[in-house]
Amino acid sequence: MKYIDEYRNPDLVRSLSAEIERKLTRPVRIMEVCGTHTMAIFRHGLRRILPDKLQLVSGPGCPVCVTPPGLIDAFCRVAGCKDVIITTFGDMIRVPGSSGSLADTRAAGADIRIVYSPADAIEIARDNPAKLVVFIAIGFETTIPLIAASILQAYREDIKNFCIFPANKIMPPALETLMQDTRLTIDGLLCPGHVSIITGSDAFSFLSEDYGLCCAVAGFEPADILLAILALLEQINEGSPRVDNCYARAVTSSGNIKARELIEEVFIPVDSRWRGLGTIAGSGLVPKQRYADFDVTRRLGIEVPELDEPPGCLCGEILKGRKMPNECPLFGKICTPSAPIGPCMVSNEGTCAAWYRFGMESI
Amino acid sequence: MCLAIPMKVIETGGGTDSLTDPPVAIVDADGIRRKVRLDLVDRMPEPGDYLIIHAGFAVNCLDASEAERSLELMSEIAASVHRA
Ligand code: SF4
Repeated sequence: MKYIDEYRNPDLVRSLSAEIERKLTRPVRIMEVCGTHTMAIFRHGLRRILPDKLQLVSGPGCPVCVTPPGLIDAFCRVAGCKDVIITTFGDMIRVPGSSGSLADTRAAGADIRIVYSPADAIEIARDNPAKLVVFIAIGFETTIPLIAASILQAYREDIKNFCIFPANKIMPPALETLMQDTRLTIDGLLCPGHVSIITGSDAFSFLSEDYGLCCAVAGFEPADILLAILALLEQINEGSPRVDNCYARAVTSSGNIKARELIEEVFIPVDSRWRGLGTIAGSGLVPKQRYADFDVTRRLGIEVPELDEPPGCLCGEILKGRKMPNECPLFGKICTPSAPIGPCMVSNEGTCAAWYRFGMESI
Repeated sequence: MCLAIPMKVIETGGGTDSLTDPPVAIVDADGIRRKVRLDLVDRMPEPGDYLIIHAGFAVNCLDASEAERSLELMSEIAASVHRA
């Protein structure tokens, strides 16, 4: 397929990894901050072909994994309300809160439907005028404009039985929090490719300017990721941190302005709690007062409890790049994809799930 | 959640109103066809263009000349590795 096969060419992948080996003069730790990158790195076996001195760690870039347990409890509570249909991306459904997951709530009789897009939730609302259709709004900058567009559509078409459970998060404040953590030792960051389509690569400049972190925006094919790693090694070797855009076929420096205008029209930033990272100022979004009816927490007066993570689960440490999944005593023994304890084992994009699925021996 | 594969535009339609009748495209990747909304992209794609899709919406049109540039850069690196 065009724009895919070229970037998977085995000769090219081999040459790029040979060049990485040549440029690698000391041990280097690189964080990938996007769940889709985590998956791509495993799926294409990049850990196996890269030199041992190059360590890849995952950051807080899987939207399901950073959703705290109190929020999951609140989703389940809304799902249990009379005449409510919950619509959600499939990944969210099995993540356990303090007393079960949305899947458990569904088994107990709640109407919970997996959708591919928030636009599907609007259709369900149209077809079920007597029910309140709630879309669980998780996801980062790539997903937020679609949700904004759906709210605006419902507003314009006067669809009164559609609303969202606001749980979206934006990436830059979380990265800033990570950078302020002195225990984080990374030399470079693979910036999230699809978030960057919306934000533009400039949104990450503060990381190189204020924190001296080497950054490269990466695409999702093996050659894309290797090219971005090479760019990071060049910056590291030269001692000149900047943001290199290695995914220019999709990402510009200023991003998708139309999408950002939609976000600004509908949402205002609020403080938001991240699993493992705590509450981060201005890292979440809720609908503006004008669109308050589309926020189920305001419409039904839902409180979100502050709960601790399940005992023993190291997801928080893993999302901060401080621990690897095999350092979790529950990994693979008590916690597996079929009986997950933490979200990192549930989501397709979760680090623990990726390690489990692709076998520890290949790491 | 993300679909990291660019999909090719087969045909476009709709678009009498940006929200209530958003412009849409039928896209294809390896025989899988989908209808996607185009209200977030900054230019209307033509049939044959490639789009980056996320949860039923196109979030960007792929820039073919930038794609060529990065492939050239990669093959230059590959050539220098073979020479070394
Ligand atoms: S293996 Fe399971 S319990 Fe351990 S950190 Fe990962 S998700 Fe949490």
